[in-house]
Amino acid sequence: MHIWAWGIMLDVHAISVAYGDLQALWEVSLRVQEGEIVVLIGPNGAGKTTLMRAVAGLQPPFRGRILIDGWEAQGQPPHRIVERGVVLVPEGRRLFPGMTVLENLEMGAYGRNPRRLREATLRRVYEIFPVLHERRDQAAGTLSGGQQQMLAIGRALMSLPRLLLLDEPSLGLAPLVVRDIFEVLRQVNAQGVAVLLAEQNAQMALELAQRAYILEQGRVAAEGAAQDMLQADHVRKAYLGQVSPIVEASK
Amino acid sequence: MNLEPVVQNLVFGLFVGGLYGIAAVGLSLVFGVMKVLNVAHGSLVMLGGYATYWAFTSYGIDPFLALAITAPLLFLLGLALNLGLFRFVTRLPEDDKIKNSLLISFGLTLVFENLAIRLWTADERAVQTSYSGEGFTVADIVFPYTRMSGLVVALAAILILHVFLTRTYTGKAIRATSQDWEAASLMGIDVQRTYVLAFALGTALAGVAGALVAVGYTVTPAIGLAWTLKALVVVVLAGMGSIMGAFGAGILLGEAEALSVYAFGASYREVVGLVLFILVLLVRPQGLFGRR
Repeated sequence: MHIWAWGIMLDVHAISVAYGDLQALWEVSLRVQEGEIVVLIGPNGAGKTTLMRAVAGLQPPFRGRILIDGWEAQGQPPHRIVERGVVLVPEGRRLFPGMTVLENLEMGAYGRNPRRLREATLRRVYEIFPVLHERRDQAAGTLSGGQQQMLAIGRALMSLPRLLLLDEPSLGLAPLVVRDIFEVLRQVNAQGVAVLLAEQNAQMALELAQRAYILEQGRVAAEGAAQDMLQADHVRKAYLGQVSPIVEASK
Repeated sequence: MNLEPVVQNLVFGLFVGGLYGIAAVGLSLVFGVMKVLNVAHGSLVMLGGYATYWAFTSYGIDPFLALAITAPLLFLLGLALNLGLFRFVTRLPEDDKIKNSLLISFGLTLVFENLAIRLWTADERAVQTSYSGEGFTVADIVFPYTRMSGLVVALAAILILHVFLTRTYTGKAIRATSQDWEAASLMGIDVQRTYVLAFALGTALAGVAGALVAVGYTVTPAIGLAWTLKALVVVVLAGMGSIMGAFGAGILLGEAEALSVYAFGASYREVVGLVLFILVLLVRPQGLFGRR
């Protein structure tokens, strides 16, 4: 018997997901508490994106349950899940390239409640990302990679989420920009938004998060406090292995 | 050299082009948003034409005023077609979606054509208003009233559609869905509902095109596929999914045909569109207004 407890925002319980005949996740379980930052690390093809898509409603599991505040989310369409305060910033950002920055942000506030409050939210998002205000009338497709990622996050914030799912937000971005993005995540989290982050950049992600899950070949290989993970042998070897000698020497 | 026949042809090309444009915009909207090729679009144009004809002959309603009835009527037909048929296709993966939508819409073409034969016989029909055949003349160039009104109606419909798509939340959701339906669903947009609306709007636009066909040209039950082809050529010229571009491409095709009639005679008229079609596909496969 599975019991839902207070404070658990997202409770993924033993889900299995397949694309046709190809199974991508095997009885994966994961929890995110209110206000927590949880990071999901693992190699390419481990199923991080699939897990994110399953939670967001894009790739329903064929077995297992997904509870959002105790509400059965598996099999629900994505727009219902957004209504419950869980929003995904997908891999590759997936902006609406032909629409302006402002229009992209407006789309983020599509739901009834977010739409009512959108002017106030918009001001908040512009405060976090001043560059989006400067570029508000520009087509989203013409922004730089970093700015596009900021827009993708800003657009997600427009839906007034309580849990923000981010799939590889640092992909293809310069280290300095990645630092900015992570700083924003810290800031957003400080305002009470829980974060579930799938990340290749394990070092930075583990430093940001409270807890971590390691996904390997579609299964949870390890879970625990992010601090412990930074120390764990297995993690150091597999995900934090490439410590450059120059960085070592400079310490 | 006497320029008058050239100018007169260009003027008529503009009228025809506006009609091509309005016929293509509906098809482009449905394709762009739903990624479904509705081959029955021309049949919907045909039904719009008959609805106008029927309103005129049975109740004496002016064909342009009748738009207030025919467009909503076709909108409702679009809703019914989507809820009854296309709704089941749009949930399928991309490949099956295009195949099944082709099958369904080809089937619909046959159904509508035979239905029209039963209801209105296979005879050619046209709406003959009191002002049909009249017009005004500027510097020996003739501007028939019906064609002029047709162009105005087409422009008005496009303008309304444009304002709807760029100024309203629902319209923007339609554009967002056409650019990336998955991302749109992540924004909280009910994609299936957007599909229903886009399809109904596309059908209503076919209805407007049909009314203009009935007034300026003739309607028979068999014109469906011809109009689908014409609209398809225009949509590809503009670039798949470029909704507003389709109107411009329609005008372009109308003018190209008109000039070719002047230069080579009317028998080559249909060839021009297809040659343009192939040229654009060779040189600019994304279409004139398409993005890549």
